[in-house]
Amino acid sequence: MNRFEYIRPRSVAEAVAAAAIPGSAYLAAGTNLLDLMKIGVARPGRLIDLNHLPGLDAIETLPGGAVRIGAQVRNAELAHDPEFARRFPAVAEALLSGASAQLRNAATVGGNLMQRTRCAWFQDTASACNRREPGTGCDALGGENRMHAVLGWSEHCIATHPSDFCVPLVALDAVVEIEGAGGRRDIPLADFHLLPGTTPERESVLAPGELVIAVRLPAEAAGFAAHARYAKLRERTSYAFAVVSAAAGLRIANGRIVEARLALGGVAAKPWRAEAAEASLAGAAPDADAFRRAAEIAMAEAKPSGDNAFKIELARRIAIRALTQAAAGTPDRLPALPASSFASNAGAPNMGGLHV
Amino acid sequence: MSMSVTLTVNRVPHTVQLDDPRVTLLDLLRERLDLTGTKKGCDRGQCGACTILLDGRRVNSCLALAISHDGAEIQTIEGLAEGGALHPVQAAFIAHDAFQCGFCTPGQIMSAIGLIDEGQAGEDPERVREGMSGNLCRCGAYRGITEAVIEATRSMAEDAQEKAA
Ligand SMILES: Cc1cc2nc3c(=O)[nH]c(=O)nc-3n(C[C@H](O)[C@H](O)[C@H](O)COP(=O)(O)OP(=O)(O)OC[C@H]3O[C@@H](n4cnc5c(N)ncnc54)[C@H](O)[C@@H]3O)c2cc1C
Ligand code: SF4
Ligand code: FES
Ligand code: FES
Repeated sequence: MNRFEYIRPRSVAEAVAAAAIPGSAYLAAGTNLLDLMKIGVARPGRLIDLNHLPGLDAIETLPGGAVRIGAQVRNAELAHDPEFARRFPAVAEALLSGASAQLRNAATVGGNLMQRTRCAWFQDTASACNRREPGTGCDALGGENRMHAVLGWSEHCIATHPSDFCVPLVALDAVVEIEGAGGRRDIPLADFHLLPGTTPERESVLAPGELVIAVRLPAEAAGFAAHARYAKLRERTSYAFAVVSAAAGLRIANGRIVEARLALGGVAAKPWRAEAAEASLAGAAPDADAFRRAAEIAMAEAKPSGDNAFKIELARRIAIRALTQAAAGTPDRLPALPASSFASNAGAPNMGGLHV
Repeated sequence: MSMSVTLTVNRVPHTVQLDDPRVTLLDLLRERLDLTGTKKGCDRGQCGACTILLDGRRVNSCLALAISHDGAEIQTIEGLAEGGALHPVQAAFIAHDAFQCGFCTPGQIMSAIGLIDEGQAGEDPERVREGMSGNLCRCGAYRGITEAVIEATRSMAEDAQEKAA
């Protein structure tokens, strides 16, 4: 880990001012940043500690029913907030399917949005990586890339965004509140992360020094609570990133889908909202044909970026699974293994014995 | 630049001078306070060997900067036994052979205490396994670990009931 100067601001304004100096990075829990500093991938000269700032750790219901989640709210605290979990069950399920209990107790909302890719070449400073060092090339292109993107990638970078939390958030029209030297602005989460194009080093719309202060979900997002699920496929039962994942929300009346939401994880450099697929579901009966069609539409533009053509069919299947489970209704209590195909009451056969 | 952190570790306050802010809670416990019960496995959040309770919640001490937790209250494996009597989770680990080499055990036990306190898993083996999935055991003692956590959950609930009665 490189040496750095440690700065503990006392207000958001002080933090933003401190971060204006080049080489600064915000420190939330540090579960991603310290990890990357230990392996030399992140080398900030100054750490601006967000952990003692007032006003960033509340979960508030706003007049009208929107919810505002402070950037320093811990992942576990949000997932276990009874009111939040009742109104936004797919978000709680996604949070609880991520990382481990220890990490979720520490990890923050802001840090989860801003976490970096898990691309192995990005994490290896001896490899060429345009995202880490612009212009050096991309060793993932001809290398071990079965986990890489199938949507929205470019020949400059094929990495994925690893967050589970962001997937239902983007499906539910979440908005990111940002504070910077120039004041405060709101950005829809759908526009927050950037696809690589020719500048993969630009991962989000945040300008240097800008701070995420909160994430908001609109009141309408709670309208999907009765039919909302997150489904995640992993290479082991728990404590693993998604190979592919999907968040689905349905509003159903008189046996028809009134409105659908669908987003995919593990497929692109951003949480992937599937709007055309959503549109195809409006007015349809919530059945296998409609879900299959929606999944086809969601993945219509997908292209393998290497040894990962299998992810395209896997992503279709996880989308169908999430939609099918959502149609069946949100369970009163989350399954023992949130978002897992192996959970006893996830709508799959009981495979509980597999991971004894 | 010299800076100091004050931490209450196992109910004892410690003020430690740091000449460098890079020290993690794990390294501070092991190298500065000689509390080597908390183990360093991966040092990257991937194994759970370094699990401690930080202000009552289980976290990976390898990915927490000490300077950022000035004023915090920490519990480690060394602080569990009281006057020679083992904590119920420690006793259950012995009763159920919940380890082989023992390297992961302090992290497993601290994690189990966190899990039981969170109260989400109860005595459901599937929920216990999921709740303990942040702690890897290379010896594969998972069956005993799951049994021990379930037994400790039960015995601690009974103790609490007796105390309340
Ligand atoms: C072993 C392991 C397994 C994991 N598994 C999963 C998983 O399955 N699913 C999943 O979704 N995640 C997973 N994670 C990632 C985890 O969710 C992130 O590490 C965590 O959410 C980051 O939050 P943090 O508070 O620790 O952020 P930090 O590490 O403190 O910060 C991360 C980045 O965000 C920036 N940042 C932080 N807060 C702000 C802010 N308010 N405004 C602007 N920038 C900010 C920092 O400067 C830094 O660049 C895993 C992590 C580990 C170590
Ligand atoms: S895929 Fe992106 S992050 Fe991975 S090596 Fe290539 S440029 Fe770097
Ligand atoms: S040493 Fe901290 S998780 Fe492995
Ligand atoms: S007992 Fe050896 S690693 Fe768990």
